[in-house]
Amino acid sequence: MSATFVRQQLIAPMAPPRSIVGTPAWLQQKLFGSVLNTIATLLSALILAALIWPAVRFVLIDAVWVGSSRTDCLAETVGRPVGACWPFIAAKFRQFMYGFYPADQVWRINLTYAAGIVLLVPLMVPRVPYKTLNAILFFGVFPIVAFYLLVGGVFGLQHVETRLWGGLLVTLVITFAGIIGSVPLGILLALGRRSSLPLVRWFCIIFIEFWRGVPLITVLFFATYMLPFFLPETWKLDALARVLIGVVLFAGAYMAEVIRGGLQAIPRGQYEAARALGLGYWKMMGFVVLPQALKLVIPGMVNSFIALFKDTTLVLIVAIFDLLGQMRASFADPTWATPVTLFTGFAFAGMIYFAISFIISRYALYVERRLSTGVAH
Amino acid sequence: MDNDASKAAVPARDIRTTRNKIAVDVVGVNKWFGSFHVLRDVSLQVMRGERIVICGPSGGGKSTLLRCMNRIEDWQQGRVIVDGVELTEDLKSIDEVRREVGMVFQQFNLFPHLSVLDNCTLAPMWVRGMPRKEAEAIAHHYLERVRIPEQAAKYPAQLSGGQQQRVAIARALCMQPKIMLFDEPTSSLDPEMVKEVLDTMVGLAMDGMTMLVVSHEMGFARQVATRMVLMDAGQIIEVNEPEPFFTAPKHERTKAFLSQILH
Repeated sequence: MSATFVRQQLIAPMAPPRSIVGTPAWLQQKLFGSVLNTIATLLSALILAALIWPAVRFVLIDAVWVGSSRTDCLAETVGRPVGACWPFIAAKFRQFMYGFYPADQVWRINLTYAAGIVLLVPLMVPRVPYKTLNAILFFGVFPIVAFYLLVGGVFGLQHVETRLWGGLLVTLVITFAGIIGSVPLGILLALGRRSSLPLVRWFCIIFIEFWRGVPLITVLFFATYMLPFFLPETWKLDALARVLIGVVLFAGAYMAEVIRGGLQAIPRGQYEAARALGLGYWKMMGFVVLPQALKLVIPGMVNSFIALFKDTTLVLIVAIFDLLGQMRASFADPTWATPVTLFTGFAFAGMIYFAISFIISRYALYVERRLSTGVAH
Repeated sequence: MDNDASKAAVPARDIRTTRNKIAVDVVGVNKWFGSFHVLRDVSLQVMRGERIVICGPSGGGKSTLLRCMNRIEDWQQGRVIVDGVELTEDLKSIDEVRREVGMVFQQFNLFPHLSVLDNCTLAPMWVRGMPRKEAEAIAHHYLERVRIPEQAAKYPAQLSGGQQQRVAIARALCMQPKIMLFDEPTSSLDPEMVKEVLDTMVGLAMDGMTMLVVSHEMGFARQVATRMVLMDAGQIIEVNEPEPFFTAPKHERTKAFLSQILH
């Protein structure tokens, strides 16, 4: 072998061997690669089967689908073990969705939902143009329209007190208001916490730490039962509004910490470049820093949104009936008292909560992937 | 993007009647980072149209001095007057100076979430209040000038280091500054990309731009500098025209430094 070498012909790329591509190769490598791997695979499959099969039996196979009262869902009547009692859900469905909102006014809720969806869907699909206008409509105009549509008292709409609201409506109202309110509040608090002005910084730190240090239940209690003592007697704040304010402040503090994490990840050079170009503080933040920082913390923000969505169930403690609260209230109805009513209700509520949370998290994953393409650092 | 816009002649900015022939006047500046005395009684006067190359060992305060000229860094003693405006605590004076002074960084510092074109139009639109169409025409003009007009729609991460730095130069030029500051513009580039950036800077020098450049590219310095500045230990050691600076340095430190980087 000589010490010098000159390549005469370049080697063209070849297809990879069968052992590293294709389904059999994947199974081989990922699931049955070694003895330990095989055992783990089989064990996992066993556990999954043990968990899923009873659930499927309860929800689908053993379930009762038609009926008009508790007797239809009793094992004695049916003559076999009974799973979910779906007629119970059907009978209470309106309550679960709308609470005690007057039946002839329910169209207002549906109209609000429809408007929300019509505005939200194009906002979520990247290809649809007019994003700025769309965002203004959804985040700025829609909440106001929804407020008047749901509360009424104007334009000849019948006033509906919020204590009649309930079910999924309340869950969604609290979640939506919480998200809409907590993000701007969180941004301001996060910026304030990094401010060079000591007073602003201290205020933000105290504010954030206070709300983070207090459990949501305490906040709700305080907002509902204590707040009126501190406010002038003429100030009659609606019970739901008090809860909403509490939720926004609480969620805002968490959001602030999430967003602060994103702000810290932006290199100093970005600030310097923006300042060197003559951008002032708010323009620098608005055009350069926040778009990058918020993108980085999408997973954290979505996490907070999902947590907020599920935390809304705590409002039951201050006598506001969200989906789960409405559900629990209906368990007391003797017409539907069966051994499976409770499980049926929780299974139904669980499916709704799961479906919505899952959609939020999947969409966030999609957004994250989309934003990261071509803009990798 | 329509090509007509990019080819449209951008009217040369009327250079206002100079309040002063002095572009940058640094007077007795002292600066400390904590207890570290990073700038020690630094004074430097730069005339309009001059091209100053500042060199010296790292940690000598070169970049810090440059960054004082648009007040990205502040200082504790002394005065800095840029284009007749004294930089003070007053945000108005700072904004006024930053509008007229462009800066190019070692790490490019392009905005990664914006396309090349948007990087270039951001400041003209939001600082100068220029309509989008006009800002885009100017951006295309300068992108052509740095010879990457075809990359306007791309994102910074899709470009090579040399291309990114040229975009950064175009971005600064879009504000049509009177003075350009370059902070080690080629130091983080791969060797084969240094030339394309230096060529761009030479072109700028030919057009009479007032430039202050922190650089170790001595070939470039010889070619374009009107004066050389050597900084070490936070102070100006020697200032001279390039020819005598390179061939007959006077101060020991200059000799030592030049012998280190020129062989």
